[in-house]
Amino acid sequence: MSTTTPASGQQQQHQQHPIGLYLKIWALLFLLSTMSYLVDYYQFHGLLRWGLIIMLMLIKAGLIVAVFMHMAWERLALACAILLPPLCLLVLVALMAIEADQMLLTHGLFFR
Amino acid sequence: MSASWANPLSARRSAEAAAADRVVGRAVAAGAPAGWRGLIADWSSDRQAFKVSWGKAMMWIFLLSDTFVFSCFLTGYMTVRTGSAVPWPNASHVFSLNIGGTELPLLLIAIMTFVLITSSGTMAMGVNFAYRRDRVNAATMMILTAGLGETFVGMQAFEWTKLILEGVRPWGNPMGAAQFGSSFFMITGFHGLHVTGGVILLLIVAIRLLRGSYEKSGNYQIVEIVGLYWHFVDLVWVFIFALFYLW
Repeated sequence: MSTTTPASGQQQQHQQHPIGLYLKIWALLFLLSTMSYLVDYYQFHGLLRWGLIIMLMLIKAGLIVAVFMHMAWERLALACAILLPPLCLLVLVALMAIEADQMLLTHGLFFR
Repeated sequence: MSASWANPLSARRSAEAAAADRVVGRAVAAGAPAGWRGLIADWSSDRQAFKVSWGKAMMWIFLLSDTFVFSCFLTGYMTVRTGSAVPWPNASHVFSLNIGGTELPLLLIAIMTFVLITSSGTMAMGVNFAYRRDRVNAATMMILTAGLGETFVGMQAFEWTKLILEGVRPWGNPMGAAQFGSSFFMITGFHGLHVTGGVILLLIVAIRLLRGSYEKSGNYQIVEIVGLYWHFVDLVWVFIFALFYLW
């Protein structure tokens, strides 16, 4: 990361960011939420819908974690310890997606 | 047990042997205790991985565990929804509001989203005021955040009431797949519980801040820690909004 924190020697106890930064992020989150609402309002379907929903969701989540929760200014050791373990969940999601397909198949056979 | 550190001749051991010790992970340091004592010493000897206060590190670790809890709910929801042979109720219709004769899809949910994002914004400003040691403004922002959070919970209560009156139950509903109700009540209920807990926590810390309870230590970091929790609640809502309401 190319962040140049002014007090990198200190433990970053006193992070000073202008209030304007939070207002900008807040406005951006507002805009992104409006956009994801409009995805539903205009009834987009198929890949476009899922793509937009997931993309907007991830951008919003990233902004909240990076700026509001100050992860962008934390040391890499903390960022890795917190942000990497949730990637295991992708395995869970993949397994359960396979399981769900199997469930649908057996339901289809049973309720014929 | 390796006797290498107890051996008086160990200092004369060749560099090769020392390297071999490192490879197999044997403790080369002299005087390190073994067994249970060693285990305790190794885990507690003032080693510090995270250069932040313990309170902040523990809040992050708690939030990590909470991430897994919510992810399990959302994955469970994905599984029952994909696996259900009965069509899933259309969230766009179920959560629409009728205002002046026009159906506005997901209107209440959109307003709830905006309220929660706004509360995250005010919380971030409160944390910033705490960094500047401006305790009155920090506490004001926290009380404002708590108010917005409570508004969110109120709207959620309204939404629950509306759905219950329409006949949605954890075991079935008139609109489609029975699992809709259980997923809805479980996921939004657990999230609402988190918001309620956050509101209480925010008010406690704001009042303590105003009463000067943190003046003795001069440390306002509790504001930042509560802030982390609050932003996490907003973060979870981002995922619920996308995966449950828009999907």
